Amino acid sequence: MASIARWRPALLILLLQFCLLVRSPVLAISPGSVDGYTINGRIKIPVAKGFGAPVKISNVKVILNGGQNVTFLRPDGYFSFHNVPAGTHLIEVSATGYFFSPVRVDVSARFPGKVQAALTENRRGLTELVLEPLREEYYYEIREPFSIMSLVKSPMGLMIGFMLVVVFLMPKLMENMGS
Amino acid sequence: MHKNPSSSPSRSVYLVTLIDETRREKKTLGKDFSSAMATMLRVFLLLLSLLSLTAPAFSLYEDQVGLADWHQKYIGKVKDAVFHTQKTGRKRVVVSTEENVIASLDLRHGEIFWRHVLGPNDAIDGIDIAMGKYVITLSSEGSILRAWNLPDGQMVWESFLQGPYSSKSSLLVPASLRVDKDNVILAFGKGCIHAISAIHGDTLWKKDLEADSFEIQYMIQASDSDVIHLVGFVGSSQFDSYTIDAKSGELIKHDSAAIPGGYSGQAALVSSNTLVVMDSAGSTVTTISFHDGKVTFNQTPVSTLIEDFVGKAIISASKLEGLFSVKTGTLTLFVRVTVEGKLEVVNKVDYATAVSDLLAISEDRQAFAFVHSRSTDIDLTVKLGADWNHDLLKESVKMDQERGSVKKVFINNYIRTDRSHGFRALIVMEDHSLLLVQQGAIVWSREDALASVIDVKTSELPVEKKGVSVAKVEETLFEWLQGHVLKLKGTLMLASPDDMAAIQALRLKASGKSKMTRDHNGFRKLLIVLTKAGKIFALHTGDGRIIWSRLLNSLRQSATCEAPTGLNLFPWHVPHHHALDENPSVLVVSRCGPSDDALGLLSFVDTYTGKELSSASLDHSVVQVIPLPFMDSTEQRLHLLIDASGQAHLYPKTSDALSIFRPELSNVYWYSVEAETGIIKGYALKEKASDNYSFDTRSIWSIVFPSESEKIIKSSARKSNEVVHTQAKVIADQDAMFKYISKNLLFVATVAPKASGDIGSSTPEESWLIVYLIDTITGRILQRMTHHGAQGPVEAVVSENWVIYHYFNLRAHRYEMSVIEIYDQSRADNKDVWKLILGKHNLTSPVSSYSRPEVMTRSQSYFFTHSVKSIAVTSTAKGITSKQLLIGTVGDQVLALDKRFLDPRRSVNPTQAEKEEGIIPLADSLPIIPQSYVTHALKVEGLRGIETVPAKLESTTLIFAYGVDLFFTRFAPSRTYDSLTEDFSYALLLLTIVALVAAIFITWILSEKKELRDKWR
Repeated sequence: MASIARWRPALLILLLQFCLLVRSPVLAISPGSVDGYTINGRIKIPVAKGFGAPVKISNVKVILNGGQNVTFLRPDGYFSFHNVPAGTHLIEVSATGYFFSPVRVDVSARFPGKVQAALTENRRGLTELVLEPLREEYYYEIREPFSIMSLVKSPMGLMIGFMLVVVFLMPKLMENMGS
Repeated sequence: MHKNPSSSPSRSVYLVTLIDETRREKKTLGKDFSSAMATMLRVFLLLLSLLSLTAPAFSLYEDQVGLADWHQKYIGKVKDAVFHTQKTGRKRVVVSTEENVIASLDLRHGEIFWRHVLGPNDAIDGIDIAMGKYVITLSSEGSILRAWNLPDGQMVWESFLQGPYSSKSSLLVPASLRVDKDNVILAFGKGCIHAISAIHGDTLWKKDLEADSFEIQYMIQASDSDVIHLVGFVGSSQFDSYTIDAKSGELIKHDSAAIPGGYSGQAALVSSNTLVVMDSAGSTVTTISFHDGKVTFNQTPVSTLIEDFVGKAIISASKLEGLFSVKTGTLTLFVRVTVEGKLEVVNKVDYATAVSDLLAISEDRQAFAFVHSRSTDIDLTVKLGADWNHDLLKESVKMDQERGSVKKVFINNYIRTDRSHGFRALIVMEDHSLLLVQQGAIVWSREDALASVIDVKTSELPVEKKGVSVAKVEETLFEWLQGHVLKLKGTLMLASPDDMAAIQALRLKASGKSKMTRDHNGFRKLLIVLTKAGKIFALHTGDGRIIWSRLLNSLRQSATCEAPTGLNLFPWHVPHHHALDENPSVLVVSRCGPSDDALGLLSFVDTYTGKELSSASLDHSVVQVIPLPFMDSTEQRLHLLIDASGQAHLYPKTSDALSIFRPELSNVYWYSVEAETGIIKGYALKEKASDNYSFDTRSIWSIVFPSESEKIIKSSARKSNEVVHTQAKVIADQDAMFKYISKNLLFVATVAPKASGDIGSSTPEESWLIVYLIDTITGRILQRMTHHGAQGPVEAVVSENWVIYHYFNLRAHRYEMSVIEIYDQSRADNKDVWKLILGKHNLTSPVSSYSRPEVMTRSQSYFFTHSVKSIAVTSTAKGITSKQLLIGTVGDQVLALDKRFLDPRRSVNPTQAEKEEGIIPLADSLPIIPQSYVTHALKVEGLRGIETVPAKLESTTLIFAYGVDLFFTRFAPSRTYDSLTEDFSYALLLLTIVALVAAIFITWILSEKKELRDKWR
């Protein structure tokens, strides 16, 4: 527990469990710098079940405020932004094949350590900064499997169908009419 | 600028009844039918419009990738390179570039294994390899240290380094130093030195040097000891040396001394305790030795090293054993520093020589290389560090083209089969290309200038000459049929993987997309690309290959032009359709420096051959270039160049051009947007020419924004070559609205000065965004709109009669996109048929840019999920096809979004008539449909711009997106309604025809028989 005492009150700890903080010294903010806070978060990508190859975690980018800072994921999915001033910020995730909602994160000077994050797409609040994709994105049309119906519905199919009707049904009708 | 040609009165009458949208035709049809029929049709149309909504206009099957699009990956100009060590066995090199890219390249072919594009503010200062498995990068002025896994590029850890002030940074990865069984990385940045554990990025210790403005030059590990030296300068006259214990971070010693004669920026390290610098005058070499707390200086004038020396000499920053190189105006000198501190020249070579760092080739031997280029040859010399007289390697390599001088060289050695040392050199050339030279030949080269595209224009390809038949590729009927049977199999999903590959190959062959002639549909063109390196490329739109490339002589650094930078490309000479023997050319406008008042340069380049036809150094600056809509008798386009003092210069400087231009003098208007001062000004030309081809200008209007409440952050105008097909828009209830179509529409966005920073730096209460629509001829403000609680960055696109812009809404904390459409009210009365008949309409009154018609604007806003890097709009040949927006998102993808989603007439519950018209029910946010990404699963890393070019086929537009990567595709905003798709199954059509013919015969026979039977009866 002694290690907690070292943390400056200025440090903003977002959602990371306590044990993780102790384990991860990367979060340490050196004394003397009070202007910036650190945002820590994690990205959880479910194992791909649908289409395509699973996304490589090394190709995921996390973007703060539309490009002001860009960071990458560590192998365990964690990321951090350093030296972030107090205010309301926007975090976006760019991962090919997944749709992530941007997240608003409040970094407040008055209540250090208080977590306030919400998905902007559906206004859902987050109790911890664990970002999950809202949905998978598949960029291609899926070819319809072959079916007789699609063949029949195509212009050629209609033509042949009409022809069949004329050839085989019309004479029958005509016969009926004639009699 | 001139009278609006797209609104000639006679056409407008016609347009009242004839509107572009295809839906209208359907509706007139519906009117004529009986009421029952009409309702049926309505339902059908409704279904149709709903269907067309759910299915995005752009969608691609996975097997169609690469048919109409291509994607090229680049890295940019290489700053630094580190080779894998021999032990790891893999043949790779890790490079960092000026586009903030870190990449691992294959040494055999130059392909990219992995690559990361860091943020735009995250420039890489140093890279190295630690423990043989991590790539370490120091970026953002020494504040971010990252470790990447060498084989796959996964980031392993990231460490944030803080310090009191910003300074130069330096990275040192000592091979043998260990602290508590941990490998240590030493990083200097922001006035502090940090020791970082290489395994997990923890800070082991940190030492603040407590010296203001100490600029580090070198961080040296004294041979195999635990002591490191930091040498550098404070200001331009004080030398500082720090000795630090690498295990604990304790400061052992700090020496400081004033340098006699000052210091001019660069320093060479000749041994672990000797530094060589040039004094501020550039005429005296100062040797600084720092032994055991003693700092001694030794001065040698350059004139003693070389006779007839004039001007300034520069020391190149390098680490060579006992040697350093000095560049004078014409030569590069290699100077040896003797043990006593005396200097002696060992060799003189050509000026444009690049020198590598030392490379340890065995326990006690070190080698270095120097390279210089002679037009199409490069000479590579590798020497042993201590022994000047002996060459390890000396070879001359032929290049396939002019690449300018050598900028950087990195060497690496390998052991040949006969156990001798072989060397390979990675060379960075002036044109930003990267070459690997090994065994006297260029193994591979990369054209990395294409990572820094400045401007793009297209050029038509030559017309196919008659007589040269294309029919050679045509196959026999059997082959043709076979191909189509294969395709049919593909459509019926009966094809095996082998068949699929055959189909793909067939498709590529059939499209003939990489031919060097003009095609009927206008898909094949040349993309003329100007890059930061001063090199021009012509890329084929079919497959993206480089047709020619040229390093422009006028864009190379020279004595008269210190830092030439390319500005723009303009089509200069576009021969008309029948002039087959003439080649088109482009005008390259550039200037001799980054500031506005630097002198201009013009260069004319043939777009078929890439030859520089001529070039001119101007005696004035270039601030703005206005292509005029006139041609001279040789079909050269007239251009007006505006310089910093407000003078206008006409090009080409011929009397012919002048006689064409003089009558139009009073019709030329332009504007300037001065973002710093917050002023927009409109100008016109004075009648009297100050000399033959220069004209004085007068300011005719100006709009001054109050600097305490508004700051200009974006201005955007219509593309001058955009075609608008119709002026009227038919809305529900057989009503029409007239678009306000003016080429002189300017969109300007201003924000509160407090809110001009990044998101998160201001509150909603103190920020606002104000947008203006300004007529640039009269300076009239057509519309002013305020968005409270909004801020930039703003991206905008203006087209036809609308503008769409993207900004950040601080209250909702989401991005928003707004649309403003402008309609001309003065023409609204013309809808009355009786007035038309009685002639009481104003349709015959000329449309003038000076008139002030009553306008009406409509506007609506929607949420949009992503940040946006760039917005463009599709453009087609005749402007009939409906428009789609192309949005470059923060994830470096390009999203196509139908303009109908940004229609101010959208409402929550559209009426039946409005639904038929295609109005989409209002939703608060714009949809993002994954299938409508034109870049599909690809990314255009570092996206900076999107260019659209119309094809000849009305339905199709060509899209070129550039950044660090290049991407090109063909796009049909309303599907390809005017041609059959490539998927069209001719075989099925043939089959149907055969079946029909067979059926005709069968029925004929049957009827014959029946007739016969009837006759017998």
